[in-house]
Amino acid sequence: MIAVVKRPEPSRAFAMAAPLLAVLATMFFGGVLFAFLGKDPLDAIATIFWEPLFGEFAFFYRPQLLIKGAPLVLIAIGLSLGFKAGIWNIGAEGQYIMGALFGAGVGLAFYPMESFVIFPLMVLAGAFGGWVWAMIPAVLKVNFGTNEILVSLMLVYVAEQFLASMSLGLLRNPEGMGFPGSRNLQQYTSAHNGDLVAGSGMHWGVVAAFIAVIFAYVLLARHRLGFAIRVTGDAPRAAAFSGVNPARLVLFCLGASGLLAGLAGMFEVSGPAGQVTIDFNVGYGFTAIIVAFLGRLHPVGILLAGGLMALTYIGGDIAQSQMGLPAAAIQVFQGMLLFFLLAFDLFSNYRLRFGRAEVA
Amino acid sequence: MTFTKRAVAKMLGGAMLAAGLATAAAAQDKTKVGFVYVGPVGDGGWTYEHNKGRLAVEEHFGDAVETVFVESVAEGPDSERVMTQMALDGADLIFTTSFGYMDATNNVAAKFPDVKFEHATGYKRLHPNVSTYSARFYEGRAIQGHIAGKMTESNIIGYIASYPIPEVIRGINSAFIHAQKVNPDVEFKIVWAYTWFDPAKEADAAKVLIDQGADVILQHTDSTAPQAAAQEAGNVVTFGQASDMAQYAPFPRVSSIIDDWAPYYIDRVQAVMDGTWESMDTWDGIGPGMVGIGEISDAVPADVKAEALAMKASLADGSYHAFTGPLSKQDGAQFLAEGETADDGMLAGMNFYVEGIDAEIPQ
Amino acid sequence: MDLSAINPILFIAGFFVAATPLIFAAIGELVVEKTGVLNLGVEGMMILGAICGFATAVETGSPALGFVAAAVGGAGLSLLFAFLTQVMLANQVASGLALTLFGLGFSALIGQSYVGVKPPRMGDIDFGPLAEIPVFGPILLTHDFMVYFGLALVIAVWATLKFTRLGLVLRAVGENHDAAHALGYKVIRIRIAAILFGGACAGLGGAYISLIRVPQWTEGMTAGIGWIALALVVFASWKPLRVLLGAYLFGGLVQLQLNLQGAGVAIPVEYLAMSPYVITIVVLVFLSRSKSAAPGSLSRIFHASS
Repeated sequence: MIAVVKRPEPSRAFAMAAPLLAVLATMFFGGVLFAFLGKDPLDAIATIFWEPLFGEFAFFYRPQLLIKGAPLVLIAIGLSLGFKAGIWNIGAEGQYIMGALFGAGVGLAFYPMESFVIFPLMVLAGAFGGWVWAMIPAVLKVNFGTNEILVSLMLVYVAEQFLASMSLGLLRNPEGMGFPGSRNLQQYTSAHNGDLVAGSGMHWGVVAAFIAVIFAYVLLARHRLGFAIRVTGDAPRAAAFSGVNPARLVLFCLGASGLLAGLAGMFEVSGPAGQVTIDFNVGYGFTAIIVAFLGRLHPVGILLAGGLMALTYIGGDIAQSQMGLPAAAIQVFQGMLLFFLLAFDLFSNYRLRFGRAEVA
Repeated sequence: MTFTKRAVAKMLGGAMLAAGLATAAAAQDKTKVGFVYVGPVGDGGWTYEHNKGRLAVEEHFGDAVETVFVESVAEGPDSERVMTQMALDGADLIFTTSFGYMDATNNVAAKFPDVKFEHATGYKRLHPNVSTYSARFYEGRAIQGHIAGKMTESNIIGYIASYPIPEVIRGINSAFIHAQKVNPDVEFKIVWAYTWFDPAKEADAAKVLIDQGADVILQHTDSTAPQAAAQEAGNVVTFGQASDMAQYAPFPRVSSIIDDWAPYYIDRVQAVMDGTWESMDTWDGIGPGMVGIGEISDAVPADVKAEALAMKASLADGSYHAFTGPLSKQDGAQFLAEGETADDGMLAGMNFYVEGIDAEIPQ
Repeated sequence: MDLSAINPILFIAGFFVAATPLIFAAIGELVVEKTGVLNLGVEGMMILGAICGFATAVETGSPALGFVAAAVGGAGLSLLFAFLTQVMLANQVASGLALTLFGLGFSALIGQSYVGVKPPRMGDIDFGPLAEIPVFGPILLTHDFMVYFGLALVIAVWATLKFTRLGLVLRAVGENHDAAHALGYKVIRIRIAAILFGGACAGLGGAYISLIRVPQWTEGMTAGIGWIALALVVFASWKPLRVLLGAYLFGGLVQLQLNLQGAGVAIPVEYLAMSPYVITIVVLVFLSRSKSAAPGSLSRIFHASS
């Protein structure tokens, strides 16, 4: 008989091996899926994983990995702080949108003035926008005990409507022939979040993502607040005894994740995306949740997981274009990745025991 | 020339790209044509028709062309990446089929001067290798308005509009003008769905309009949901949008506007092959075949059908323009004198309703 | 602006159709949450049900078979969730999200050849002369079978939870799974059964959208309705009959927005569209001020330490 028995201490070897095993399993079953769809599985897997990194046009794709991965990592770092403490911010998408709106709004308000203070002001505005949007579920949770999952989620839809309203109204480009969408910030030098080294894909958002990773690592490893987060997640009662203030933690975690998501939105709208449009948000807030889990809620893990997710997106696009693989197949692939990770994760906290069950 | 850091960085970046291009631009005997779609090929509407155009190109040219496409590409940086990827992979001509791809198309065109770009429904041609094209859908709306005005018995016509942009407002105005011409008592009820394609929302909107008394539904959204709702209700007339939607013929769908991109696409591919391709702005209507009018079914009375076909012919050969004065704006101010026709500039920027429409454009 | 254009009877009758998918999904999730499991994968199960139901209805020509297939499909996907959270003891929030992502992608994949296809219709039930009764008739007696089935399901769930031993066991497992285990109840098995039930209901709700409400198949057609169902369960304080109230409120707000537009009322569309979500938040706040009615073990992992 196979029994599932809790390990006395989580196995570190498995904690590191689980993501690797998950990727391998996904590659295998993904390959099966692709074969089912009539595509050569080895070719498809190679196109998705190898091509963007080492293929013929890798010099173009590698910067794209940074561009696609940066918002994911930035948001996921923020989310992971909360998730570790059992505080579930599911509304990062909404905070991302609000950060973009606040940041772009400040930038456009200065148009056509050119000045080096505009961009920093936009950064502050973007961070503020995301922070304030996350504060709504935070305050409601602290004062009324309202479930933050649902409030933050509902606010995503509200934010999407704000986005539509702004694109068509207040932020609409007066020289845009009546079409929805703001001025393109890529053409407004003071506000443009351009590549720091041309063609490298490294814009301020990428820099911010790296800084966030380091910051989160230090916070969790060395700072009292980081300790409070870890303890609250692992042993809530012990946390209460050790003097952790749950309300402060909620406000901090939600606020930090909102701030980072807002920053991601602001960097995106002033950089790669360029304008505020009705369809500006593409789901980074939700994908970041997956990245956070894939990275086992650890800053360095998230950095790697963000890169991996970005790889599947970009490789997936190439596979669509070169092999005719349907877009939906890539979504299934990403879902499988998370599934396998969650399944293999079991083995870091529990182990199988074969043989007869002992009597206690 | 000053060697600032920025300039050097730009040159390096450009050199990298050029090096990449050199490897990519091996002599190609097949002309490679790429298509970037904003939605899924199976949407039965906008993207579906663009894809039909692509298939027509394949059929017409056979082995001389190779086509590739990527569907459901989000507007923004993703679209720029997909376009760059197609160009790197050796495309000679790329069609970008959504308004929101405008800046991305121009950005990528700047980096790949040897690749030709065709942007649908846009207006920016910042480089000599970018063309724009769109269709005069308002001509089709004129015919629809005429049939609607004649066939409605409740005198209430429902209009499911997408976004308050000039193209949609143009369509509303054109339909209204021609409905009112044959039926002065007609009233338009307009609902803004804020989507191009969302069957559930469109079904809801259609049902609400029908509940409020409309017995004809016009739509600027792309799914067949309104036709299904009309069929359920029983005696409501609808028109197919973007594609023929013939599965709902002969009733409720009595006619349709079909986006037929095939003639234009074949023309442009031929131009690339012949080396005669030039940047231009094309705005074609019924005449050149870009706007197809779906078969008018027998549910339409014979005399109305004859009038509609006559209007179609006169629109096609240019003897009649859908916006011919005297026409006034909602506040009564005349914007077209008797016999005067609207020029393309006025049409392109149309952001007002004509007199008689009792509603406000959302801001 | 002509408010008289809005027919109140048709307006209220319209609620039923809009609310039914929500009712199915929410009542299923309510049962799941009552046993202490939080399944965020409702959206994924709904859309998988939508395509399974649609595909089956088109292939077999029978919408009824379509609904059966939808329930099976939804339950099948939820089995994955059950395996992950009850056997592999994975985190419930992450597993639910993975389910949603997977369900969306998988349904899009299956549905590729069904876009734009017209499904067989399921007609409204003919109540004959009863439907002529003023007000009552057109509002209540002009709908299709699934609307009534949904209502019946809610009442059945309410009665089961309140009056039967099964209901008691379900609630016990949800309130305190350790105590229930000590009493000899098979916590894992009960939860798996509840998860399957929730999956089947979500599948039915999704199929309602693709087979009756629209009816059509498109990728992502559920458009977030699964998340609203989750909010509804909390809104209803985990009480089955309140689920009905919440679902009609939501359905009503969507209809109201469209009706107001049709009548020419110039309220900015986006603010109207926001209103259901804002109102849900407000209600959630009010509800949580009173003692939380959530099941005690909600979303905590159960592992029988022998």
